Amino acid sequence: MKPVAFDYFDPRSVEEAMELLGRHGEDGKLLAGGQSLVPLMNFRLARPTALIDLNNVDELEYIRESDGQIEIGAMTRDRDIEISPIVREKCGLLALASSWIGHVQIRNRSTIGGGAAHNDPAGEIPAALLTLDARILIRDQAGDVREEAAENFFITYLTTTLEPTDLLVGVRLPTHPEGSGFAVEEFARRSGDFAIAGAMALVTIQNGVCQGARVSMMGVGPTAVLAADACEVLTGAEPKSELIEEAARLARDEAEPDDDIHASADFRRELVENLTRDCLTTAFCNAGAELG
Amino acid sequence: MSRKRNITVEVNGRETTAEIPVRKLLCDFIREDAGWTGTHIGCEHGVCGACTVLVDGRGARSCLMFAVQAEGRKVRTVESLGSPENLSPLQKAFQDKHGLQCGFCTPGFLMTLTEFLNDHPKPTRDEIREAISGNLCRCTGYMGIIDAVSAYVESSMGTISERGE
Repeated sequence: MKPVAFDYFDPRSVEEAMELLGRHGEDGKLLAGGQSLVPLMNFRLARPTALIDLNNVDELEYIRESDGQIEIGAMTRDRDIEISPIVREKCGLLALASSWIGHVQIRNRSTIGGGAAHNDPAGEIPAALLTLDARILIRDQAGDVREEAAENFFITYLTTTLEPTDLLVGVRLPTHPEGSGFAVEEFARRSGDFAIAGAMALVTIQNGVCQGARVSMMGVGPTAVLAADACEVLTGAEPKSELIEEAARLARDEAEPDDDIHASADFRRELVENLTRDCLTTAFCNAGAELG
Repeated sequence: MSRKRNITVEVNGRETTAEIPVRKLLCDFIREDAGWTGTHIGCEHGVCGACTVLVDGRGARSCLMFAVQAEGRKVRTVESLGSPENLSPLQKAFQDKHGLQCGFCTPGFLMTLTEFLNDHPKPTRDEIREAISGNLCRCTGYMGIIDAVSAYVESSMGTISERGE
C-alpha cells in the first residue's frame, strides 16, 4: 500500500526542527532513518498529518570523543557506528550490537536516535544503551537539553520519556574501561530478523575480580531490560562458570516474556538464560578471565 | 503547498525533474517518473529486498524512502550494470549458474551484491550467504545465487573458501 497524504517538512537545523515540532505537536511525526516508521506508514498503521524529516539536519550526525566519553548524534546511521574506528576501539559493544540490526540495506539508513526513540522491545539499540549505561540527550521546546539515564528513558513497549514536542538529539556513552570484555547473543529464525530473545553483556575485571557487570536482555518483555540481580551477583565476585550459571538463572527470573506467534513465554525464558550464560562466558573470556 | 514538491534526482547518470506528491515512495518515482522499470516492488515494507537500489553508493530499500528524500542525490538501479545485449560479468554469472528463475528478485540481489562486492572483493561463501540475507528469492533456494557470486569472484580473484582462512 501507499502512505496516506501528509504535509512534508525538511528542516536544515535543530532550531528549525524544534520550531516545526512545536507547531505540529501531537499530529507531527519525526522521520529519522524510516526503517520502522515508513513500513508502518505504508501499511497505514501510522497516519501522521505532518512529517518532519530530520535527514537534512546535518548537525545531528556525528561521532566524537571527549573526556573519556563518546557522543553520537541522533541521526548517525547504524552502519556508520558499526564501522566507526572510534566506536570499535573505545566502545566496541555498540559497534557489535549495531552489526546485529537488520541487514546492511537497513543499517545504511537506520539511526541510533530513531532506534532509541522507537524503543522496539526486540531492538538492539535500547538494549545496547542500557548495557552501556548511556545518557540520552533530549532537547525541549524551551531550548534546554536534559540528560536521562537509559534505565529511566525506556518505559515500555514503543514508549519512552520523550514528550511529543521533545527532540532526541544524541547519546553519550562511557568508553569501556581497561580490562573489559563484551558480547552480544541473539536467537532469530533467520539472519537479520528481529530476535526472539537476545542478551548483551559488558564486564570489567581487575586482578581476577569482576569490578562491574552490566547485562541486558531484549525480546523478553515490553522493553529491553537490565538484568539487575544478575549484575549484582557478578559484581565484586571472582568470575567462575558456576557464578555465570547463577547469573543467567537470575536473568531468566527477571525476564517477563509473553507468548506470541513466534515463541512461547517459556521458550523465551529458556532462551534468555542460555543466551545470557553464553554472552557472559564470552565477555569474561574476552576480558581475560580464566573461568574454571 | 507542502503536499507536492518539485524534485530533481539523478538516476543512472540521467537527471529527472518532476513534480510529485510528497508521499510518493522512491521506488515508484524511479519506475513511473524516471522510467527505469528494472527496479521491482515486492513487499513494499522493507522485508523482501527486491527494490534495493544504491543511493549515493549505499544500498537502500527504495520502498522505505520517500522520493523527496532523494532530491539532489545519485541513485543507481540494475540498469546501470549492463544491458540485455551486454550483461555485466556479475549478471552473466547469474545467467550461467542459474542464479535466477523467474527473475523478479534479481535486480535487488544484483544491487545488494554490487555494494557488497565493492566492500568485500574476495568474500567466502559464508560471507556471500550473509550478504544476501536481506533479499528474498522464492525460486532458486539461493544455491544458484551463491554459486553465481562465487563464480564471478573466482573469475577475477581466484579460488574462494567456504568459511575463510
